[in-house]
Amino acid sequence: MTAIPLGVPRRLVEFTLDGQEARVPEGSTILDACRAAGKEVPTLCQGDTLAPKNACRVCVVEVEGSRTLVPACSRKAEPGMEVRTDTERARHSRKVVLELLASSVDLSTTPPAAQWIKEYEAKPDRFGPDAARLDEEPRVDNDLYVRDYGKCILCYKCVDACGDQWQNTFAISVSGRGFDARIAVEHDAPLTDSACVYCGNCIEVCPTGALSFKSEFDMRAAGTWDESRQTETTTVCAYCGVGCNLTLHVQDNEIVKVTSPHDNPVTHGNLCIKGRFGYQHVQNRD
Amino acid sequence: MDLHFGDSKPTDDERAAVDALLGPPESSWEGADRTDADLRWARGGREARDRRDLLLPGLHALNDRVGWISEGALDYLCRRLTVPPAEAYGVATFYAMFSVRPRPATVLYLCTDLACTAAGAPELCAGAEARLGPESGVRVERSPCLGLCERAPAALVIRAGEDPARPAFEDEARQGRSGGPGAAAPGAGNGKGRRGRNTLRATAVCAPATVDTTVQAATAPETARTEPPPTTAVPQAGDPTLTLLKRIGTVDPGSLDDYRAHGGYTALRRAFELGPAAVIREVTDSGLLGRGGAAFPTGRKWQATASRPDHPHYLVCNADESEPGTFKDRVLMEGDPYALVEAMTIAAYATGAHKGYLYLRGEYPRATHRMRHAIEQARARGLLGDDVLGQGYAFDIEIRRGAGAYICGEETALFNSIEGYRGEPRSKPPFPVEKGLFGKPTVENNVETLVNVLPILTMGAAAYAAIGTRRSTGPKLYCVSGSVERPGVYELPFGATLGELLELAGVREGLRAVLLGGAAGGFVRPDELDVPLTFEGTREAGTTLGSGVVMAFDDTVPLPRLLLRIAEFFRDESCGQCVPCRIGTVRQEEALRRIADRTGAAAADDIALLREVGRAMRDASICGLGQTAWNAVESAIDRLGAYE
Repeated sequence: MTAIPLGVPRRLVEFTLDGQEARVPEGSTILDACRAAGKEVPTLCQGDTLAPKNACRVCVVEVEGSRTLVPACSRKAEPGMEVRTDTERARHSRKVVLELLASSVDLSTTPPAAQWIKEYEAKPDRFGPDAARLDEEPRVDNDLYVRDYGKCILCYKCVDACGDQWQNTFAISVSGRGFDARIAVEHDAPLTDSACVYCGNCIEVCPTGALSFKSEFDMRAAGTWDESRQTETTTVCAYCGVGCNLTLHVQDNEIVKVTSPHDNPVTHGNLCIKGRFGYQHVQNRD
Repeated sequence: MDLHFGDSKPTDDERAAVDALLGPPESSWEGADRTDADLRWARGGREARDRRDLLLPGLHALNDRVGWISEGALDYLCRRLTVPPAEAYGVATFYAMFSVRPRPATVLYLCTDLACTAAGAPELCAGAEARLGPESGVRVERSPCLGLCERAPAALVIRAGEDPARPAFEDEARQGRSGGPGAAAPGAGNGKGRRGRNTLRATAVCAPATVDTTVQAATAPETARTEPPPTTAVPQAGDPTLTLLKRIGTVDPGSLDDYRAHGGYTALRRAFELGPAAVIREVTDSGLLGRGGAAFPTGRKWQATASRPDHPHYLVCNADESEPGTFKDRVLMEGDPYALVEAMTIAAYATGAHKGYLYLRGEYPRATHRMRHAIEQARARGLLGDDVLGQGYAFDIEIRRGAGAYICGEETALFNSIEGYRGEPRSKPPFPVEKGLFGKPTVENNVETLVNVLPILTMGAAAYAAIGTRRSTGPKLYCVSGSVERPGVYELPFGATLGELLELAGVREGLRAVLLGGAAGGFVRPDELDVPLTFEGTREAGTTLGSGVVMAFDDTVPLPRLLLRIAEFFRDESCGQCVPCRIGTVRQEEALRRIADRTGAAAADDIALLREVGRAMRDASICGLGQTAWNAVESAIDRLGAYE
């Protein structure tokens, strides 16, 4: 029989969450506790397979005794803490963060953004028609994936996935500073001149569609991308002996995108270039 | 790490600059020519990666020598340090003083910040830019505050090249330089090497600057007039009641003997008599609060670090003074450098650190030279090193230069900067006393805070605590500039009023507003001059003491223009990590630009917008930069009635 590792038993931390008792294992974040209690807290830069970067600040909550709001995604729950997730103050900051983001980048392919903007009554247009935007041309410099900086919210997830958290290729970093900061490879060169190994693990974690499969990018441009017509089939990669899980996104009997389940205990959503992009042979029909 | 490097090769100059810092490469893995032996072993692992913290010094070495950082140079540096080129590119583009595009060897920085603008910086910029066109070989950059507000308007010239063409100050010239490769005689040469190209590195500070002196300094920095001695920045110099500034102007800042003859190193001896625990008790009992702006109790910080079981402990002195209007740390380092060396030694001894980093602002050439000289002298005389004062205690100090990033004054951003990463603040907790520099317990103090430790030990905690008020003890330095007759650093015990300080500095007629605490501080009105200058007094008055900036503006300075400059400053200096600050500072600047010429109802909508964005920046930004970026503008609207 296979032994299931249970890990070291963890102490429970008791604290107050929106006036109610909450008990979570030691080391859990406030966000973990919120999700366990069924509370919706918006997140953008938080990733289920990555260490929290807490850069987007859309998950801020109020903690009694703290001068500023705290990010739920990275602050660990402490005994006796009094957390309020839905105060006017927290909602105000979330609203402004959404307004700031939506007024400067294109959130059209960020799944829950439109819903949050409505929920928080954010008005991105209020900064006027001259408000600075990123407005950059998508960079199409290879056949596999596209970098559309006009959609980038600088969440650092791609950098972390490419760096020491998963891929250890270190092909990308944040360059520049402030509003001019951008994700870039060395010397801001085309991808083909960089250290990129085309594993696509950055696409896997990108929350806004700034990084996307070339196939998806082209279909969106042509107006043929339609997720309602897509099926997702999880299978095993046939290339090598590791046996990574692939989820094939199929539209009109064509593979249009490949992802990988994040809860896979071996790969955590990561693949290599073969698993991610090496599917063309499947659909070569002649 | 399996790193990928491009095909670009460094030039001989670039290679020499990196090798001068790191030594010649040992193998082709580090960028030397390939030999058969390289096929049999590889360099890697922790040993190679552990040199990451030399990335910033390496970038400085390249910038000092060549003036910009080319692809080949960056790749070579990365190869030497086992750093991914993409990350190094991210670091190089983070700092305002580095360029990854070709530029002339000489860069002229013209301060356009508050004090300098009020003193005629716009005319200076226009004049200098008109005369220093593209063919002049000088790149003109408009710069945030250069920390020379007492001599506004200010200009700084940095010319890249081999070793210094001349010492940055006179007394070093008398002593001569210690030989070695590339050493030049003081003032030797015209700065031109073979082929008539400027090849010698030089810096010059022009303040107060005119168009003529600036153009002269930019085209030939070695002929620029020497800076006036630091004592000119201390109008009270020679006053026997001074504590922190007592040696400035009376003691030769280049002479360790002179320092010791004027009470130097008595505090360290006393510290060794007391032992580390008792030193911390003295500092705690003295009530010393941090002078960098946050006013955290120094004794508590020291105690928290000292009690950590994790080792090694580090000491970091934050001398990255970049708050617009602040120049006290520069004056202390230029005028009394040994005091900081001694104070750092005491702090390290008390907290169990054997290594101290002095993170010094990149725009302070003279302070850097003086501190470097002082540290060398102290080391040569056994006051730093393996056996400080024969007490069996080892401590040494390393200077790390900043490269033009206000955010690196934030304590955790400073750690990242030293470690060779982008100077982005970390989220707290964990706090530095627990996980600081290199993830180890770290004490980080401001220059002025550390220098206060000396009188605490020499006069005793009780006597020190008797100075000032009950909750703000000791003497305090103020950087007074703007519309005053005698701008400079003033020392007063806590509790003096703003009016008394301004009177001392000779405030001019027609005072319209006073900015307390710098760009992150707040404005007060001329009828509020009775506010006591203490941490609690300013807090009660709804403003802040911050880093001790006191900038006076008369009614000739257009207030909206000042606010716009403050907003531009924060937009430029935001690191870009968190959304409220990265985009909020841009929206703040846009709104202030829209209402620059509007008042009343015409400005009301934008002011409401500013309030909403400002509130989110204060509440949701990661660090103090974003949290305070709206303070000064808010205070101008609420207290001064700007736009009414």
